[in-house]
Amino acid sequence: MKHSFIDEYSDLDSFIHRLDPRTKLIASLAFIVAVVLTPANNWRIFVCYFCVIAVLLILSRLPPLYVLKRSLVIFPFVLLIAVFIPFFKEGELAGSYNIWMWQVSVTYSGLFILANVVVKAWLCILGLILLSSTTKLADLLKGLKQLGTPQVMILILSFMYRYIFVLVDEVMRMQQARDSRNFGGNRLHQLKTIGNMVGTLFIRSYERGERIYAAMLSRGFDGQVRTLHNLSFRPADAYFGVIFCMVLVSPYIIWWLG
Amino acid sequence: MDKVVDIKSVSYTYPDGNQGLKSVDLTIYPGENVAMIGPNGAGKSTLLLHLNGVLRGNSTVEICGLPMEEKNLKEIRKRVGLVFQDPEDQLFSLSVFDDVAFGPINMGYSESEVKQRVTQALEWVGMSGYEHRSPHHLSVGEKKRVAIATVLSLNPEVLVIDEPTSNLDPRSKWSLIELLKQFPMTKIIATHDLDLVRALCQRTVVMDGGEIVADGNTEDILDDIPLLKAHGLAPR
Repeated sequence: MKHSFIDEYSDLDSFIHRLDPRTKLIASLAFIVAVVLTPANNWRIFVCYFCVIAVLLILSRLPPLYVLKRSLVIFPFVLLIAVFIPFFKEGELAGSYNIWMWQVSVTYSGLFILANVVVKAWLCILGLILLSSTTKLADLLKGLKQLGTPQVMILILSFMYRYIFVLVDEVMRMQQARDSRNFGGNRLHQLKTIGNMVGTLFIRSYERGERIYAAMLSRGFDGQVRTLHNLSFRPADAYFGVIFCMVLVSPYIIWWLG
Repeated sequence: MDKVVDIKSVSYTYPDGNQGLKSVDLTIYPGENVAMIGPNGAGKSTLLLHLNGVLRGNSTVEICGLPMEEKNLKEIRKRVGLVFQDPEDQLFSLSVFDDVAFGPINMGYSESEVKQRVTQALEWVGMSGYEHRSPHHLSVGEKKRVAIATVLSLNPEVLVIDEPTSNLDPRSKWSLIELLKQFPMTKIIATHDLDLVRALCQRTVVMDGGEIVADGNTEDILDDIPLLKAHGLAPR
């Protein structure tokens, strides 16, 4: 079965795609730090950063609608965490409501913080979408490894990416087999069936893990992971890194001068 | 003649108490193509896992004159290329290149040698140009070929394959059989596919209940209908 991949557009070709994964990783991290550290009342800087990421997204030739859709995925999470802030923050009241027996009030400063959180989260996720859609996951992991991420983490991520779709296929087959035997009955029975399926999936994954390990042993695996290093840091990476950092810092310099 | 595989009285009991193998003896000479047939649960796959030391029962196994000991494991695994039944298990890397290169890298070959071996192995199985594809995106037939390439890149003296033609449509099956015919090394193939046995192997070993019940010329064994019937291998 076909699945949409995390790095779906990573085999397009553009200036951004061709950058070394390490450059992109560090640039993304710098971008996130810069966004998070921007004071909330400096909305001009957010606009600058949005322009930066928009230009990069256009350069990368990713379909804009795809990027927009992907970026919306985080909103439920952000809202779930941040939606209560306007109710608890003290300050000038924006509105006050009676809900059953509670007196609930919303403050302007609370709303302001909520907006700030949402904007920052959105900018960060745009940066990450740019990173993950322009870099093949294998290259990204290689980059992470060369930047010093522990080997165990890299292995876990790489096996996850390799086998998550195999598992999804297995679940879908199990669902089809279940539904073709008239899955139904009461809630309790349904829950039991789903519990059994989860258990079966666990055992199958465990056994698959054993077989994969045997296959690795058969080809001389001895616990030591070795890879070929074929990432190359080119002049373009250096130019991009320097210019990108300057762009990130420039709003502050302008703000400080003016 | 030198023996490639020399197994004397291999027994193996599974952790759950089931006896997988009961005192199996098997000798295989260079250049032989040996089919291993038998019903499900006969112990074929278990025996194959003994050939490169993934499983080690209380037994004497010698591969190319090397006794199965800890210090010989690496050399033995270089000489015996074991291909598992499910390519999904055999191919665990994010790209075809990484998978085919896994063995050679573990053996400590230089970067240029690894690359050359990968190119060569993929060429052998007719999968050149697939280096940067993800194994998940290949068809079953393609996966089987790449799975074979992952052991060919070690230049093994013995190619051991578990069910090479399972899940393949007839066209992919026959093209795989043609491919296997071209490989000069000793081959041991566990299968249910009697077409494959007839087309490829001169010698056939019949296993049932963890024992070898017959061993001989393929034609003699496949024409021995009572024998095949007794072990659940005949059509009717």
